[in-house]
Amino acid sequence: MSAQAPVPAKSSHAQRAMRFVLPVIVFAAGLLAWELVVRIREIPPYVLPAPSIIVLTLIKDWAVLSQSLATTLATTLEGFVAASVGGIALALLFNQSKWVEYSLFPYAIVLQVTPVIAIAPLLLIYLEQQTAVVVCAFIVAFFPVLSNTTLGLNSVDRNLAGLFQLYGASKPQTLRFLKLPAALPYILGGLRIAGGLSLIGAVVAEIAAGTAGAGSGLAYRIAESGYRLNIPRMFASLLLLSLAGIVIYGVLALVSHLVLRRWHESALGKEN
Amino acid sequence: MTESKTSPAVESSLTALAVSLRGVTKTYDNGVMALGPFDLAVRNGEFVSLLGPSGCGKSTVLRLIAELSAPSSGTVRVARHEGEVLPGHGIGFVFQEPTLMPWTNVRENVRLPLKLAGVPKAEGRARADAALASVGLADFADSFPRELSGGMKMRVSLARALVTDPDILLMDEPFAALDEITRFRLNNDLLALWRSLRKTVIFVTHSVFESVYLSQRVVVMTARPGRIQADIRIETVEPRGEEFRTSAAYSDYCRRVSAALAPSYSEQSTL
Repeated sequence: MSAQAPVPAKSSHAQRAMRFVLPVIVFAAGLLAWELVVRIREIPPYVLPAPSIIVLTLIKDWAVLSQSLATTLATTLEGFVAASVGGIALALLFNQSKWVEYSLFPYAIVLQVTPVIAIAPLLLIYLEQQTAVVVCAFIVAFFPVLSNTTLGLNSVDRNLAGLFQLYGASKPQTLRFLKLPAALPYILGGLRIAGGLSLIGAVVAEIAAGTAGAGSGLAYRIAESGYRLNIPRMFASLLLLSLAGIVIYGVLALVSHLVLRRWHESALGKEN
Repeated sequence: MTESKTSPAVESSLTALAVSLRGVTKTYDNGVMALGPFDLAVRNGEFVSLLGPSGCGKSTVLRLIAELSAPSSGTVRVARHEGEVLPGHGIGFVFQEPTLMPWTNVRENVRLPLKLAGVPKAEGRARADAALASVGLADFADSFPRELSGGMKMRVSLARALVTDPDILLMDEPFAALDEITRFRLNNDLLALWRSLRKTVIFVTHSVFESVYLSQRVVVMTARPGRIQADIRIETVEPRGEEFRTSAAYSDYCRRVSAALAPSYSEQSTL
């Protein structure tokens, strides 16, 4: 009874390969065109650096840039953990008491719809810089965790809930054995969104903080390189930020897949 | 409120009542009267079918007996044998849907009632495996629900209802969503289980044929609010098998039950 290994047809194998190969070809072609245009038209690097120069800058400035990458990633991680724990905990609290939900949910929305770029300068006044940056990442990332977890906890099968009631399940038992597992796919979906958003939050806060002068994250490097017209380093920092975002998304998608692969539709093959 | 205790005199009697409902009505919050007044007495070990049109309150009767819902008036009494302390363990409930937890395997699904009652893990697993064996699924304990067919999922659901060794089995249109061939097989297996375990079974169905084939008594209900239209005893050579399904007596009973049901359907057309 191992339904774990669906046998894909040859064509779908080829299709899967093409889904990977085609974007790579487009990417390579784009880079080549970029390189050629810059060389033929002799565009100076402070206007538009060629890809080769960006890569060289990345290697040359690696000591500075890797330091900045580590700083930004640490901020992102702290914001993400705070958003995950806070979002899930608040959703559990809402689920236990309607009154708490009615009292607090509007403020969660207010926090979500107010642009973080507008709040960041205020936070930087009242909080220590490192704390302020993490709080920005948290504000941006926590709402999808909260709303997805709330949705998941409310999506429990009615008959299963009746079954738990029939067998006299206590509230903690119902939460642990029924509500949390049922909400898990939703929670993981929320976390996947939150991962990318906490990076955005961290970057926004760093740029806001950058004017205060003491930041050292990748976003700060971008701002700083901009002032100094060090455009190749600007591109190199941007490249690292993009890669960081892709890796964060990939890791969270992988975790979600591994956790859900035995039972949830989203992680199963499309064939059934 | 629902009463759960019966007098010792009734319990000691051989033909003791397993379930009795007296003057029970159920009105929902939106003012719809779903049931009653309704009276039903089911003896220990009896197999009774409730048959009626959609919305006549058949499922409500089961939910009242299982204490998943409280009657608006009247009394619901369910006999409990002595020493039975675990909540819900006197009653097994099989829903229309298999109602399995998709995130865990078949054994853990069947063990759930024991786990909730704090039965030790090893003992719970052994009892879950025994219950699975009784429904013919011993080899599938480690499978996940999505890997099973509709009929097999229903068997798992039945095993879960049996794992607490309840006196009363409540079944809410359990085979309605299955194809006819699977349903016939499960009907035969259910009869075999009932013969060997002698549980009291209250079986809700829309199907005249299924009710006649399975039960000792068919209780035909009216359209909403559900009352008793007819109470028909099915008497035939036991144990029943496929030959009963093709006998003249069977089709005769089906005709009688259909006739009793007909007014409910014409009433329902006004809804």
